Amino acid sequence: MAKFYSKTHEWALIDGNVAAIGISEYAAKELGDVVYVELPETGQTVAAGGELTEVESVKAASPIYSPVAGKIIEVNAALEDAPETLSSDPENTFICKIEMSAAPEGLMTEAEYLASLK
Amino acid sequence: MKKTPLYEQHISAGGVMVDFAGYMLPVRYSDGIIAEHRAVRERAGLFDVSHMGEITLEGSGAEAFLEYLLTNRFSDMPAGKVRYSLMLYPSGGTVDDVLVYKRGADKFMIVVNAANREKDFEWIASAAEKSGYREVKINDISDSVALLALQGKAAEKILPGAELPRKYYTFVEGGKVLGVDVLAVSRTGYTGEDGFEIFVSPENAGRLWDNVLSVGAEYGAIPAGLGARDTLRLEAAMPLYGHELKAEYPASEAALDFAIKYDKADFIGKAALTERAPEYIRVGALVKGRGIVREGSVLIGEMGETIGEVTSGTMSPTLGTAVAMLRLKKAYGGRIFAEIRGKTVELELTPLPFYKRNK
Repeated sequence: MAKFYSKTHEWALIDGNVAAIGISEYAAKELGDVVYVELPETGQTVAAGGELTEVESVKAASPIYSPVAGKIIEVNAALEDAPETLSSDPENTFICKIEMSAAPEGLMTEAEYLASLK
Repeated sequence: MKKTPLYEQHISAGGVMVDFAGYMLPVRYSDGIIAEHRAVRERAGLFDVSHMGEITLEGSGAEAFLEYLLTNRFSDMPAGKVRYSLMLYPSGGTVDDVLVYKRGADKFMIVVNAANREKDFEWIASAAEKSGYREVKINDISDSVALLALQGKAAEKILPGAELPRKYYTFVEGGKVLGVDVLAVSRTGYTGEDGFEIFVSPENAGRLWDNVLSVGAEYGAIPAGLGARDTLRLEAAMPLYGHELKAEYPASEAALDFAIKYDKADFIGKAALTERAPEYIRVGALVKGRGIVREGSVLIGEMGETIGEVTSGTMSPTLGTAVAMLRLKKAYGGRIFAEIRGKTVELELTPLPFYKRNK
């Protein structure tokens, strides 16, 4: 398994042709307390860089973009009742899993991503 | 963009700074909005509200002029009292909502919203000119006044030795708070909790801020930003100019009639308000099911018709559910819906405020 990051601060944990998607620690800090996660729908297809869903902090709704293209095969239903885990443990909390329809492009390794934040 | 005298304090406390009415202010600090909100509800929080404007009105006719300029009554108000009021256009729409401090006979200070400061000053000066109150001296003293709000049930304990106003909506001038010379302290706020607003010179603001937090630490007081200020005022159902109050909305539709004295001989906007029955009413609602409705969401009735809009909405940290204030058609009596990202949610009316402290 390998973890990659997008410029828009999402991560993709890739295992074979399935990518688990989440948001980076940096994104979670920027958002502030997450109080609601609009889960995407299983079966829906999404383009790389396309809007996947929205998360709401106390102040505002923010879009989450998909780092990879493909079909959503699973969503993390636990986020419905515990959206705050996206704030407290973002790097280990996935939002959904995507069966990729194409090889991921333009993503960064963790080291590259962390360097890009400086 | 302007900095308040407490800018350095915000940066060193980890403030996430945003532009608010032309001022760089913290939307939150490192603990986050929910922790700051809870601190105010359970203990105490300290806000920098130095961006608020202060305008003084003094001289012969000042009181009579305010009776005409504003909707509330001031003729029966003793010195040392504070009163909430609206300032209206002749159309009945709102110029601003303000707090009036009576300092003495024909001697007042009004506290106005930061975003409206220049507009308010011009409006007041021109109204005085047009109505013949030319002896009233009107001054915008905002740049020489910083304002700190200490809010929460522990507030009084954090300020020992200070001469504090004993009653809600009263104030005392002068004195020292935690060893710092202050201009005035009022028992007012925008959170629904007990607390104080402390007027202080810009030079003394930093020292007062540091002292309050240093004494307050023992009581669990933390700095709180604009984000918590908004969720706190929303739970307490306090209106916010630009949301519940606008130039386009007749003030009679805002559920603030306690501050509109229709029996006064005259005030700007009275004729417009009395000529027309209010078409909308400000009400509170909870979101049924999941999701948060935000300001600007359209309200939809059972037949798909538009019946109003959401003026403020958030996730209530105290209730743990999404709440909203609505501008709803008064004549409507059916179920109420709103759209969130293309999905329809139902809203359930609930009495305001969403939160009331135990006294």
